[in-house]
Amino acid sequence: MIPSAFDYVKATTVDEAVAALVAAGEDAKVLGGGQSLLPVLRLRLNNPSTIVDISTVAEIRTITDEGTSLLIGAGVTTDEVANNPLVKAHAPLLSMTAETVADRAIRHRGTFGGSCAHADPAGDLPTAAAALDCEFVIAGPGGRRTVSAADFFVDFFTTAVGADEVLVAVRVPKMDGYGAHYEKFNRTAQAWAIVGVAAAVKVEGGVITDARVALTNMGPKPIRATSVEAALKGQPATADAIKAAASSAADGTKPTSDVHADAEFRSHLARVLTGRAVATAAGV
Amino acid sequence: MTDTLNETMGAIGRPIRRKEDARLVTGNTNWTDNIQLPGTLHMAFLRSSIAHAKITRIDTSAAKAAEGVVHVYTGADFPGQPGSTCVWPVTDDIVMSHYPVICEDEVKYVGDVVAVVIATEKYLATDALDLIDVDYEVLPAIVDMEAALAEGSPLVHSDKGTNRCYTAPVPFGGSYADVKAKADVVVSRRFINQRLIPTTMEPRAVVAAPMGMADEITLWTATQVPHVLRVLLALLTGIPENNLRVVAPDVGGGFGGKLQIYREEVLAVLLARKLGRPIKWTETRSESILTMHHGRDQIQDIEIAATSHGQILGMSVNLLADMGAYLQIITPGTPLLGMFMYSGIYKMEALDFTCTGVYTNKTPTDAYRGAGRPEATFAVERIVDELAAELGMDPMELRMKNWIKHEEFPYTTVEGLTYDTGNYEAATARALELFGMDELRAEQAVRRATGDPVQLGIGISTFTEMCGLAPSRTLGALKYVAGGWEHCTIRALPTGKIELVTGTSPHGQGHATAWSQIASDIIGVPVEDIEVIYGDTGRSPYGMDTYGSRSLAVGGQAIKVAGERLVEKARMIAAHQLEVSPEDIEFNAGTYSVKGDPEKATTIQAIAFAAFQAHNLPDGVEPTLSGEATVDPMDFSYPHGTHLAAMEVDTETGKVTLRKYVAVDDCGVQVNPMIVEGQVHGGLAQGIGQAMYEGAEYDSNGNLLTASMGDYLIPSAADLPSFITDRTVTPSTTHPLGTKGIGEAGAIASTPAIVNGVVDAIRHLGVNNVLMPTSPQNVYRALKAANNGGAA
Repeated sequence: MIPSAFDYVKATTVDEAVAALVAAGEDAKVLGGGQSLLPVLRLRLNNPSTIVDISTVAEIRTITDEGTSLLIGAGVTTDEVANNPLVKAHAPLLSMTAETVADRAIRHRGTFGGSCAHADPAGDLPTAAAALDCEFVIAGPGGRRTVSAADFFVDFFTTAVGADEVLVAVRVPKMDGYGAHYEKFNRTAQAWAIVGVAAAVKVEGGVITDARVALTNMGPKPIRATSVEAALKGQPATADAIKAAASSAADGTKPTSDVHADAEFRSHLARVLTGRAVATAAGV
Repeated sequence: MTDTLNETMGAIGRPIRRKEDARLVTGNTNWTDNIQLPGTLHMAFLRSSIAHAKITRIDTSAAKAAEGVVHVYTGADFPGQPGSTCVWPVTDDIVMSHYPVICEDEVKYVGDVVAVVIATEKYLATDALDLIDVDYEVLPAIVDMEAALAEGSPLVHSDKGTNRCYTAPVPFGGSYADVKAKADVVVSRRFINQRLIPTTMEPRAVVAAPMGMADEITLWTATQVPHVLRVLLALLTGIPENNLRVVAPDVGGGFGGKLQIYREEVLAVLLARKLGRPIKWTETRSESILTMHHGRDQIQDIEIAATSHGQILGMSVNLLADMGAYLQIITPGTPLLGMFMYSGIYKMEALDFTCTGVYTNKTPTDAYRGAGRPEATFAVERIVDELAAELGMDPMELRMKNWIKHEEFPYTTVEGLTYDTGNYEAATARALELFGMDELRAEQAVRRATGDPVQLGIGISTFTEMCGLAPSRTLGALKYVAGGWEHCTIRALPTGKIELVTGTSPHGQGHATAWSQIASDIIGVPVEDIEVIYGDTGRSPYGMDTYGSRSLAVGGQAIKVAGERLVEKARMIAAHQLEVSPEDIEFNAGTYSVKGDPEKATTIQAIAFAAFQAHNLPDGVEPTLSGEATVDPMDFSYPHGTHLAAMEVDTETGKVTLRKYVAVDDCGVQVNPMIVEGQVHGGLAQGIGQAMYEGAEYDSNGNLLTASMGDYLIPSAADLPSFITDRTVTPSTTHPLGTKGIGEAGAIASTPAIVNGVVDAIRHLGVNNVLMPTSPQNVYRALKAANNGGAA
């Protein structure tokens, strides 16, 4: 648990961070809250030549109400996402999910943007972001661009953020009128999700009119359970109807096998937990 | 808890706050890693990433040329030098192993040491590891114990011709075949007592330095056993024992993992002498998980024979015990420590025990909290539940029918141990009262009847164990090379302050407080005036250290005798000064007074000063006041208790939740009930860890899959309910203070309670066993197998 040597640049603005990344070349890494990067460094899983520290960049640490969406700075801590009144009011799925991440100490250091940019397939926040159709604002040498959640998450630990770019904010559409729930399944309180299910469900007059369902750790990146979403629309908000719709939750997924669960068990869990997440979100 | 007891009571029995804690919790600690000596060089180890391979070439030239590197050593620099040793050759025909300090031509497990870099900084030492070039010729990895014993299996030690380390068949009592023949019911099960990783909060750390006079080397090390280690270091390195000083400073947890002699300790000593400079190493968590010895790892084939009325007649126990790649300090003996415990608290006529130790290409195993006894207790408490299910009897009723009744003590078990005292009825009655068994059984019936996805199970463990290691003659009969005595010296200083020197060596247990309480009662000096000295062969030269719940059970006896000897010497001086004969002196709470004339009195502090002055001592009495004792225990210690667990099992996801846990322990007289409480809580967490969360897993190539704390899960406070605990008190008659060991009880008792509860929750669904840990995956598989018509 001893990192190899690296150069350290402390950026005070996003522009400085981008300039530092451009100067450092391919081999640089961005340090936010450090809760994912530091273990990687200490285990020497990655030996970057330069660390660009954005942890005190003020412009990425705010939450802004944009009317129909919230713009959450990439440096906003997981704890702030869990407790911010705007997030709780307009994106409860995100605040609920944030509350399940690791432990209190880690939530106070780790950031929403960092979790998304790290893109661990077992990460909870990327799943919520995928369910909510968030947009990701990325700054690079050519200026800023916006990428949809569907395009942002690319593969295991891989996102649309280039080597010379920084994730600066996540735009979260307001989901007023939706019930929400994140069902995290893990073995100890601080462990990674074996499987997680994020659900946002709109029920009108006892009928499900819209459903967003995304899965954690059922493949190399967050997966939208589109067949479940389609099956739910127009169904009565009842336990039986939800259970029937959830039976396709694992369709098209590619879960891994590890010491905690093999792929077959993960698929089983995805079906059971999707049913539970949707039912809770729908108030059933 | 606060000290609200009767003022006239002595210090023993009071739940006083631990005097070491203010220092420990405020960071005023002296961990080995905190030790900084000028000129220190740092070690870093290149460890094998392959479980079994020949080393065909090593090129260290680039590493030797790297910044800060002083030297790089390989096995060729230490030909034939052992890095660890085994002191318990359990059978005459045991196949011993040579554990090289650095591998010379073959690596035998992932983590085996291939080279060591010495550099001026630990970062530079670690950097240089990447520059060492090693060519391996990969050999087949032996991972599975049964495959290892099969004809034609590749060999861990090719020169030995077998992977069988030993087979120890021990028939106890009458013929098991005879009792089986007359039994109405025979139940067999295979239990897997999985491999565990000690996971101490403080990892291993060493600093070795030439210090003081002549050729002395001082080794500071995070160890449980400074005294044992000094002897073994002298034997392994050839450095005269009187030139070695071993210090265990503050040590953060051991659980058996630091009851060892490790190659890193041997190398630090050898290199400190060779280079004439301090050598330091603190392991990373990754290294700790891979190379601190592991525990458990047994396949247990258990059979129990009984009458249709539920009278247990006998058991047969057939174990395969994974030794790992090499034998370390008590590797082969660890499973045999459990051999006396397979009958538990039950009367039976015969018990056949066989254990085969097997070499594999995995991290060596050795003692881990309970060492053999948790495995035994798990097996007997699980098979008794299975027998109850087979007979259709309530599992507690079956236990009551077969256990040793309190009026039958002392009782000699089928294995030949004599349990001095116990009261299983009392502990069980109290546990049932605290648990609310009837309500929980009623809820269980409702959940079953309604097909609730979350089922409820009740787990029982009525355990005993043998601890307090150990009477030296018994150890000798078991082929263990050392004795089991303990030493104490109590010195009264001129100012009346006391130094209590103990050969036991704490790593979190609270010895400084508890030993002060005992000495306070015996010599009549306040607890706060007593300083406990330990863990340094230079300051406490004699001792057998701390493991096997022996510190109080054995060391406590030495404190008592040493204290009494000090009091007797002081009585001679008091009598002389008060001008009466010693028989006319009374001693009470630190005061010597003349019988019938209480005004004529002096104190032990005054006598300490008089003994120092030596102006007026009786003829034949030497100056200074101290008492010293080395005590060999009469017998082992047999604590017991009844533990009950309410387990919820989500049949849809396999998730197991511990809802309620009651532990009523009987460790005889409690010196400090608050420390006992702490030992019980920690032990429970560890035993529950085995039952629900922990388990080292290897792939078929011998790679450790659970090589980080992300995959090797240990429970935190957030995962555990508030334990409901109480004690019954049945004093020991073989210990002069009436105490029994408590360090391992929680870890021994809780594992079967949890698993019995999990199986009970889903037995009606056709399940009769769930593999440990009872993870969602393992519960799911058990349910699925039952659903498909076969038990797991």
